[in-house]
Amino acid sequence: MRLVASGLTGAAGGPFDFSLQPGAAMAITGPSGAGKSVLLRMIADLDPHGGTVTLDGADRAIFTAPAWRKRVAYLAAEPGWWHDDTAPHFPDRARAEALMPGLALDPKLLVQPVHRLSTGERMRLALIRVLLNDPAVLLLDEPTGALDPHATSLVETILLERQRTGTALIIVTHDMDQAARLGARRFHLEAGTLTPQ
Amino acid sequence: MNPILLTPTDLIIASSLVVLDAVVSVWLGLRLHQQLLVAAVRCTIQLLLVGYLLRFVFAIDTPALTLGLVLVMVAIAGREVAARPEKKLARYGNQVAGLSAVALATFVTAIFALATALRPHPWYAARYAIPLAGIMLGNALNAASLSLDALLSGVMRERAAIEAQLALGVRFRDATKPLIRASVRRGILPIINVMSAAGIVTLPGIMTGQILAGLSPIEAVKYQILLMFLLAGAVGIAAVSAAYFAIARLTDDRERLRIDRLG
Repeated sequence: MRLVASGLTGAAGGPFDFSLQPGAAMAITGPSGAGKSVLLRMIADLDPHGGTVTLDGADRAIFTAPAWRKRVAYLAAEPGWWHDDTAPHFPDRARAEALMPGLALDPKLLVQPVHRLSTGERMRLALIRVLLNDPAVLLLDEPTGALDPHATSLVETILLERQRTGTALIIVTHDMDQAARLGARRFHLEAGTLTPQ
Repeated sequence: MNPILLTPTDLIIASSLVVLDAVVSVWLGLRLHQQLLVAAVRCTIQLLLVGYLLRFVFAIDTPALTLGLVLVMVAIAGREVAARPEKKLARYGNQVAGLSAVALATFVTAIFALATALRPHPWYAARYAIPLAGIMLGNALNAASLSLDALLSGVMRERAAIEAQLALGVRFRDATKPLIRASVRRGILPIINVMSAAGIVTLPGIMTGQILAGLSPIEAVKYQILLMFLLAGAVGIAAVSAAYFAIARLTDDRERLRIDRLG
């Protein structure tokens, strides 16, 4: 689905105007505190803002907020957990288990207390949580920041697979090579302005 | 049996116990004697003023005056609820939540009691309505402030968990349900403790007062049971309302978590 943002303004600055074709990717870089996460949150409608965002020409206002967020899914750099154990976070356990080997995760992790997971395991499990919604657009905030090169490569493989099936991707990353591997257009966010690189 | 009426001399003799505390403070170097004496004098003056005010209001006994006095009490209680939590909602949110919670709890339970168990003539008689509203308010105040404080501190702590659910398309009301439950629970628990301990660990103050004033213990106990049930109702309404009024201020029409409205 085609995502178009027009005149997007908010705490991250702006106005931001960009569009993303199905399966395309955008990588956003910029110094800490520049508003990269806020920009993703604005697209996901988690933070108040001005301007419009459409999906295949349909204005966001016609979607309920939960319906929009299922289609345009945001994954925070430090994702939250709301149960003590991992399992209740994955109502569709069979599908979650099917995705785990591809991210080098042992399905046993689904029956563990969340606090026993490593940061990298949490990040990959949170990615699976988002992928289970089959979103049209993925908004990822440094998804591989806490991962080793092998796990990073596995995450990128899954993202490329999703892109091939039409999922668009906006990723905040400090890794220029990652942007290239994902075939992403690069943008730099600083002082409230998004500049193509 | 007639009540034993107290004379000023009786109270002066009783005040010697406060003086005893002050002596202990001086003796142990607690530096509490001045505060203690000021508190005792304040307590005496405040209660005497309330006594005279109530005698005046009871004598006139007009619905407007009774309602006016209850509204003043509600406003003061609402302000207390708003002030206690460390976190404050923007645009007088704490005040709105506090005032709405104590007002709803007090009016619903007081009118319920006046219309069912007590049935004075007229039903709004100041002698019944004002003390009843007063005791409901005191407990509603505690419940509402505990619930509000738990909600406002909890929402900061649980922010990542709530937003992770919102980002997955969970409704705001479902993502915040555990927080609401924990907050209401915190507001209601004290009254459960009080009810469980009543008569065994403590003799409730109102019952003791009525027995001292000459009422038979069984009649005093019946009043106390009625009050406990009313208080349980008031506390429940106050805790639930405070939590829901506050959470309503922390979201918007797009089901976002508006943490920016919390200072």
